Amino acid sequence: MFVKQISVFLENKSGSLAGFTKQLGEHGFDLMSLSIADTTDFGILRCIVADYERAKAILTEAGYSVKVTDVLAVSVADHPGALAEVLSALSNNDIGLEYLYSFFRNHGDHALIIIRVDQPEKAVNVLESEGVKMLSQEDLQAI
Amino acid sequence: MKHMIWNPTMECMPREQLRAFQDSRLRDIVRRVYENVPFYRHKMQELGLTPGDIHGVDDIELLPFTEKQDLRDNYPFSLFAVPTSEIVRVHASSGTTGKPTVVGYTSGDIDRWAELMARSMYCANVGKGDIVQVAYGYGLFTGGLGAHYGAERVGAMVVPISGGNTTRQLMLMQDFGTTALMCTPSYALNLAEAMEREGVKVPKLKCGIFGAEPWTESMRKQIEEVLHIDAMNVYGLSEVMGPGVSMECMCKQGMHIWEDHFLPEIIGPDNKGLPYGQQGDLTFTTLSKHGMPLLRYRTHDLCTLTDKPCDCGRTHVRMGRIMGRTDDMLIIRGVNVFPSQVEHALLQVKGIVPQYQIVVERKNLLDTMEVQVELSPDNMSDTVRDLETLERSIANSIAAHALVHAKVKLCQPGSLPRSEGKAKRVVDNRKL
Repeated sequence: MFVKQISVFLENKSGSLAGFTKQLGEHGFDLMSLSIADTTDFGILRCIVADYERAKAILTEAGYSVKVTDVLAVSVADHPGALAEVLSALSNNDIGLEYLYSFFRNHGDHALIIIRVDQPEKAVNVLESEGVKMLSQEDLQAI
Repeated sequence: MKHMIWNPTMECMPREQLRAFQDSRLRDIVRRVYENVPFYRHKMQELGLTPGDIHGVDDIELLPFTEKQDLRDNYPFSLFAVPTSEIVRVHASSGTTGKPTVVGYTSGDIDRWAELMARSMYCANVGKGDIVQVAYGYGLFTGGLGAHYGAERVGAMVVPISGGNTTRQLMLMQDFGTTALMCTPSYALNLAEAMEREGVKVPKLKCGIFGAEPWTESMRKQIEEVLHIDAMNVYGLSEVMGPGVSMECMCKQGMHIWEDHFLPEIIGPDNKGLPYGQQGDLTFTTLSKHGMPLLRYRTHDLCTLTDKPCDCGRTHVRMGRIMGRTDDMLIIRGVNVFPSQVEHALLQVKGIVPQYQIVVERKNLLDTMEVQVELSPDNMSDTVRDLETLERSIANSIAAHALVHAKVKLCQPGSLPRSEGKAKRVVDNRKL
């Protein structure tokens, strides 16, 4: 019950991000979610696209360093405290949170949150037992 | 102008007499390395030479050259000409790749080094009654201890503060009334700037003995004007001895090479000796070392020699400022760095493809070295922490192999400039 996240290394200089998005745009990719972690010198761009394998091939061909990572796409009810419940469930089970960011689109009346944890399998089990809904890569295609 | 001379007999010896002295010492050292160092015996045998063929300095061109790589190949102790039990100290400088180059000193060598450094201190009129702040690094690097022993030999009060910690340097300089400062010229400029900034006055400081990196007449003027001192140039390299191989007198017209201990040559691109006045590769034969004597060691420093008489009264030849290198060695804050060392260091880090560029700058008067490394797909991670760990391990590997702190910057694959298929490894933006 994972979705595949693509991470790309970008140098912290002007035009870097524009070049990347242009690359994906020209190949008809729809960015479903996007987040950037940056330091003084570089950034790691993380994104979700439906056809991650093709995206990886195209980006690698274009010379980018690309990594595919399993992340959770968690469907969270759109009301205050909902995210806190999910995160508490993870921390109560000693699952470490690496980072999270939100999806561009909603999942029905739910918000979608991308969560990267240190123990993905365990996290899936914990959240399923809590009745939290997660999306698979196939589910993404349908959104 | 006052000229203090530590050893007038040797330093002012008429040149014919000095030549006879060198002849005899050269014969002695050739015999010693032939008998005790297999490396030199084999080299001489290959050339069909025996010690008896070398009658004096006129025969120097018959002898084989020694390169830094030879020191590396004989790591650590194989070039020693005495049993290791006779060695009382080793120093090391970074080698061209991996292992450092090691030099060994007998107690006699340490004594002679102190003598030559004492001569050098006197060249700058520094002696008993002076307070000498040694801000060269102490340790395997020869700068700190070399300066230290010389300053002690002339009877000065030595402040062995070692390098770095500018605030502390200034405090002691003020409180102790330091009269002579020994460090790299770029660090001297750095201290001068800090003094101006913090309003620190050091009226007792009268001279600086600066070396371990190339510098220019305009830097000398700048240091002298800001600090109101005589900024004096000293030269040396660990392979040959350390600081004090040559030193400028108060005439400031080139550095006197202590020719009773070192036989200098200037070698041209065709490996033939060049006459005085022509620029080439400075090459030394050590005439008095016992621990690790070297024949015709190629420093790869470019300079000229002159035997014109000097107003100070010393007769020893003078070398001009170092005008460059005949190889790709960089000097970063006094530390010798070869691009090959950086490459070697990168290869020690798992998954790193050594597609790199070294960018050297002088920021706030201090050298900085940035190593830009292309991030290979294998090392890509989705977390900043992993990539920062990678940067740190690369920096640690460079520190371990090249003995210099470098800032590591990861770059996108293919982003570093390549010329004719071969990457441009070094960008040196320092304006000397």
